[in-house]
Amino acid sequence: MEPLIAIAIWALVSASVWLMLSGTMLRYLFGLILISNAANLVIFTSGRLTEGAPPLIPGSESAPLTVVANALPQALVLTAIVIGFGLFAFALVLIFRAWTELKTLEHDEMRLAEPREDGK
Amino acid sequence: MSAAASSDAPGNGWTGIAPVLLSAALFAWFLSLGPQVAAGETLRLAVPWVPSLGLELAFAIDGLALAFALMISGIGIAVMLHAHFYLRGDRHFGRFLLFMMSFMLSMLGLVLADDLILLFVFWELTTITSYLLIGYGHDSAKSRRSALQALFVTGAGGLAFLAGAILIGIATGSTSISELLAGDGLTDHALYLPILILVLAGAFTKSAQYPFHFWLPNAMAAPTPVSAFLHSATMVKAGVYLMARLHPALSGTDVWFWALTIAGAVTAVLASLLALRQTDLKQALAYTTLMALGTLTLLLGQSTGYAITAFATFLIVHALYKAALFLLVANIDHGTGTRDATLLGGLGRAMPFTALAAMLSALSMAGLPPFLGFIGKELMYAGVENAPTWPEFIGASLVLANALMVAVAAVVAFKPFWRPPGGPLPAEPHEAPWGMWAGPLVLAILATVLGIFPAVVQSLVVTPTVDSLLQDPAEAKELKLWAGVNLALILSGVTVGLGLLIYLLHQPLRRMIARIDEATFSLDGNWDRFLDGLIGLATWQTRVLQNGRLKSYMSITFLTLLVAMAAPMIVYGVWEIPTSLDAPNWIEAAIVLLILAGIALVILTSSRIAAIAGLGVVGVSVALVFIINGAPDVAITQLLVETLVVVLVAVAMLRLPFLTPERRPATDALLALGVGTVVTLTLFAVLAAPIDRRLTDFFELASYTEAYGRNIVNVILVDFRALDTFGEIAVVAVAALSAVALLRGVRGGGK
Amino acid sequence: MNSVILRVGTRFLVGLLLIFSIHMLLRGHNEPGGGFIGGLIGAIGFILYAIACGTEDARAALRTAPERIAMAGLGVALLAGVLAAFFGDPLFTGQWYFIGDQKSGDYIPISTVLVFDIGVYLVVFGSILSLVFALEEAI
Repeated sequence: MEPLIAIAIWALVSASVWLMLSGTMLRYLFGLILISNAANLVIFTSGRLTEGAPPLIPGSESAPLTVVANALPQALVLTAIVIGFGLFAFALVLIFRAWTELKTLEHDEMRLAEPREDGK
Repeated sequence: MSAAASSDAPGNGWTGIAPVLLSAALFAWFLSLGPQVAAGETLRLAVPWVPSLGLELAFAIDGLALAFALMISGIGIAVMLHAHFYLRGDRHFGRFLLFMMSFMLSMLGLVLADDLILLFVFWELTTITSYLLIGYGHDSAKSRRSALQALFVTGAGGLAFLAGAILIGIATGSTSISELLAGDGLTDHALYLPILILVLAGAFTKSAQYPFHFWLPNAMAAPTPVSAFLHSATMVKAGVYLMARLHPALSGTDVWFWALTIAGAVTAVLASLLALRQTDLKQALAYTTLMALGTLTLLLGQSTGYAITAFATFLIVHALYKAALFLLVANIDHGTGTRDATLLGGLGRAMPFTALAAMLSALSMAGLPPFLGFIGKELMYAGVENAPTWPEFIGASLVLANALMVAVAAVVAFKPFWRPPGGPLPAEPHEAPWGMWAGPLVLAILATVLGIFPAVVQSLVVTPTVDSLLQDPAEAKELKLWAGVNLALILSGVTVGLGLLIYLLHQPLRRMIARIDEATFSLDGNWDRFLDGLIGLATWQTRVLQNGRLKSYMSITFLTLLVAMAAPMIVYGVWEIPTSLDAPNWIEAAIVLLILAGIALVILTSSRIAAIAGLGVVGVSVALVFIINGAPDVAITQLLVETLVVVLVAVAMLRLPFLTPERRPATDALLALGVGTVVTLTLFAVLAAPIDRRLTDFFELASYTEAYGRNIVNVILVDFRALDTFGEIAVVAVAALSAVALLRGVRGGGK
Repeated sequence: MNSVILRVGTRFLVGLLLIFSIHMLLRGHNEPGGGFIGGLIGAIGFILYAIACGTEDARAALRTAPERIAMAGLGVALLAGVLAAFFGDPLFTGQWYFIGDQKSGDYIPISTVLVFDIGVYLVVFGSILSLVFALEEAI
């Protein structure tokens, strides 16, 4: 199903870039969530897809008997999901804090550290 | 810093004496090595430094290095002693000593280094200490400008030299100087020309060759002992040293000959003309230093036995008289309060020791017998006869430059003492304390004695230096006062005659040179414009790149990503678009459709709840992809995290504002689709390439047999790659703690 | 959400989720599960509790600050890694000890790998809870 996944990845990446280029922090955050998903899918798919064969070793054996899914990208993606969540949570809190302090989510209006040169 | 502190100021105590003793000890040690080096030996010391890069703290003492080391430590004694009195009671004297000693040790390191990279490190250290010393009077804008200018010019040259050193390392496989000199040289190597250009760029800036000469006269903003030490006797000769050091490896080509000859001759003649123009004695000396550096470069260009012998001799001659004269100018300044040549006069009686030392040094500078300067000049002229090409040009340049030296020597050291003053002096002339004239006097006497007994210089310095440069001690010519009536003697006579004539006419000449000088283009005059332009450029590019708009940062980032990924694909033509689809089953198609629908919802809606729902749909669909492709652990994690994301967003969303529809430029859409497309194409390319399953195979085989686990994914996480996992959970903890810290400020922040 | 049914029901549910999370943690080495998944499930249990009964109650039920749990987890994981050094292996090399007869399959394995996974569990559990509690309290 790789080509199908590739279509999904194409849509995910395009949509997340589109959202991250938005002027609103909230849309940026949505883009961040989507791009994490896209990245995970890219890593996962790069390791090839094997349907219905989890990388588990049967109770009586010392190694998988049949071809099983590639365990390496799975391990990478698993931690990536958790880290991605950490990043998302931090970004969310940052945006939340910015809102309570600055009362705007338009990042062009957030000029506390880098004021406009014309003083607006 | 021009005015020396008055004599009733508190002294510097014994701290000022320590550097004198250190210099003396170093000098004595180097002197004791003399016989060994003269016997043709090279003393080495090497300590591993960065073994992984093959760098070592390697030092070697051969003839050339010893000549410089003796010069540095020997002049150091006189300068340090002088400074102790000259800067009596100076507020920052401790700082001054620190800079001076740092400089002296760096300079010694530079000449003793046996590795090009090590040499570069010391080279830069001398640049930095020179910067600090020129800017010693940091409350004056002129000092700061001069310091920065010297730093920029020599620093830029230093970087060029580093590039050259690295190229030499590439060409020969080693940065060791000994190995380079023992090899066949680089003149036939394909990289010879770039190497030569880069090394000469470093040497010419450091040794202030035309057109990079402008920083040196400005560097006279430093206290005079600094000028005497760094900017005449030692540091500015680092460039000359570098050319001499690499002489065996780089010389012997037409490029070498012409580059050094023309740069040296132009610098020497131009500098001596400009020296005559100066009314400030110190400035005049600064330009004569340029003349000396030009002459040394010119001599190095020729590579004949005479030229190199003259080089070695003139090196010592110049260090002796020039350091002495600088220090004596400081005494004149100290004793009268001015350095203006048009005012000064009649100091001979008031300052007898200064006058004596000045006279001896000036005679050596003018190149009159029986001083060492005479021998140096005779050797130069003898070299002209043997010059490989264009002896007329070299000879004429040397005669003109030397004649101007005679005139300048008279202006600096004869007129202020023995001619009537040109006007009232700011202070009643008085002799400086003994420490300020003792050093210069010793140097001046040395110039005399060594002229009468040149064999000492010959065996200790000149022959070993020639041996280093030409790798044959037999090439060294004999230093002697009387070599018979020959071309050199005739040229000497012409020089002195011409010099005296110029001295008599020096006032009208001075006005004329000044007019021409002011009318011509100079890099110094455009320096400030250059700096302003640089700052303007930096401001402009900061404004463009760091404009504070997240959107432009993101656009640049994504555009870079797009170009970086697309360019190799276009260049190498990696187009792997699958032409045949395996018949996808309806479950897979449905999942992908769900993902697409979720994305569409997130993008199109202005409702926060709908957007979160869309994200949830995408997240769960991705989990489904994991689950049907044999990744239960990943799928479970994804589902749980998806739950948490929805919880968090739902909690935070209560307080965040509604989304408003926004107008977006079409370029955003283009960029987004572009990035999406290159990522997908890259994935296709990856999928088309054969997969390397070695790691996976290892994990599958070892998971149970070595790590006793049947869930391979978990075994990788907690056993095979446990260190990585530890790093990852640390990141999670840090992210959470930072978020908590961010929230602490708004706790109970009202509803 | 001041529903008695929800609050009472949640208490049971939280207990069940916690037990399930530990089950997932312990079986993780041989079947799907592990510290990450277990920690997430445990955290979700307490988040449920916080939503139903308020963060104050949830904090009280937890008995200690979640930040401490996260840090303790980091310490446990590090300890598990460092233990290998005492056995002369490189850091983070798993150490195993079997109680019972290994051949007959009737044994209890003890390993530093499990200790490490418990550390992962605690870090994930503590980090997520500290974050969610703080966010809930700020709103």
